[in-house]
Amino acid sequence: MSPESVSTPRTTPTHGVNMAALGRTAQDREIGKEEICLRTEGLELFYGDKQALHGIDMQIAKKRVTAFIGPSGCGKSTLLRCFNRMNDLVDGCRIEGKILLDEQNIFDRSVDVADLRRRVGMVFQKPNPFPKSIYENVAYGLRIQGVNRKRVLDEAVEKSLRRAALWEEVKDRLHDSALGLSGGQQQRLVIARAVAVEPEVLLLDEPASALDPLSTLKIEELIYELKDKYTIVIVTHNMQQAARVSDYTAFMYMGNLVEFGDTDTMFTNPSQKQTEDYITGRYG
Amino acid sequence: MDKDGHTHHISQQFNDELERVRSHLLEMGGLVESQVTDAVHALLEADSARAEAVRTNDKRINSMELSIDEECIRILARRQPAASDLRLVIAVTKGITDLERVGDEARKIAEQAIQLCESGQSPKGYVEARHIGGLVVRMLHEALDAFARQDVDMALSVVEQDKRVDMEYASAMRELVTVMMEDPRTISRVLSIMWSLRSLERVGDHARNLAEYVIYLVKGEDVRHIGLQELASKIKS
Repeated sequence: MSPESVSTPRTTPTHGVNMAALGRTAQDREIGKEEICLRTEGLELFYGDKQALHGIDMQIAKKRVTAFIGPSGCGKSTLLRCFNRMNDLVDGCRIEGKILLDEQNIFDRSVDVADLRRRVGMVFQKPNPFPKSIYENVAYGLRIQGVNRKRVLDEAVEKSLRRAALWEEVKDRLHDSALGLSGGQQQRLVIARAVAVEPEVLLLDEPASALDPLSTLKIEELIYELKDKYTIVIVTHNMQQAARVSDYTAFMYMGNLVEFGDTDTMFTNPSQKQTEDYITGRYG
Repeated sequence: MDKDGHTHHISQQFNDELERVRSHLLEMGGLVESQVTDAVHALLEADSARAEAVRTNDKRINSMELSIDEECIRILARRQPAASDLRLVIAVTKGITDLERVGDEARKIAEQAIQLCESGQSPKGYVEARHIGGLVVRMLHEALDAFARQDVDMALSVVEQDKRVDMEYASAMRELVTVMMEDPRTISRVLSIMWSLRSLERVGDHARNLAEYVIYLVKGEDVRHIGLQELASKIKS
């Protein structure tokens, strides 16, 4: 080796890989260092005499994906539906405690439920497009808000469909019925409809459980794209899905929040035995 | 996690698969352990027949590594294990790599033993080989025991013992260098002993690695490349 090459500073060979472009490395997450979007304080929920949620204290980080996992009937969907007050529609449902969205209690009298549901959008297990055209499905929320100018609507529809990774597939048939789309496309359409009104939070209740594996992956990819702009809370029975898409995971059991933590830790070294038993598929 | 932590899955088949890789690692470990013992014996007693047997057996260890690795890959692909199950599979794949290398070291010692038999034996350095050999065989045994019982304290003690082996190895090296300087005619034979001691020291390192995987398996803490004190405090937490 020549003396010259010894004195020149070494650069690490990258073998042609653009290291700066590798944005998707795993990051250490810590809820204490996050900006909090949604917070529950001592949340209790009763269906008649039956208590479905017991004193839930939880923080949902802004622009992160939080997954709720747990066996059927553990209260995860019930909790999710609290975030945009869907449980108001259930007879005999009573709620105690607080849910704070940007530090404001969503149960306050001053809160307008329609406005809350615009800020906190929801997508259900089975795609539920309206029996209208693709275009009208996406424009629906804006029309309700009184937006009628064609140019504004056109732009919003395209932007939302692009964001939901559906634009390329439907741009030539925007005025066909939404019911002619495949299940996976319908689900992405519903997500486009939800993001069209620029919500802050997206609640996804088993968004991929009725879809085939490829459509499921597209939805998961979409979740990854969307978390740049929205706070996402997802309920899923598919544990691998929770492990793949989420930054934080909450494990619920019999209406209690058993463990909450960053997803990496939850799936490699959970601290509670109940969590361990559930995610590894042992007898509960 | 408890000793039989990998059982009680809803899927009995999954229980069986995990139990199988675990037992296969222990079976491989047992064979590797006896390989080291035999190799040291062959070296000390100038037993070339046994040394030859160690050489032949090494092929079996290599093929065991391949088949256990295959089982682990199959579990990862088909079951997507999580938490302690995932840690078990990872600990096994890493553990068998170390065990296979221990097997290689045993083979190297056996080869040195054969060479020494052919060139007429020399008593120099045998005391050290016996001593360090005894230490590392015990470490390996305890590391495997710790794996079988998921015993963190025993694993910690194996990690601690490795320090002692390193010290004994350094002092044996110094001594053998003196021997060579005093009588250069011994150099070639003493070198054979030195290579064997080097192999034994490496066996100690691999036993230590195995012990660290046991701690990872049970505690979920990766304790490689940290000092003993930090390691001990991580285990206590």
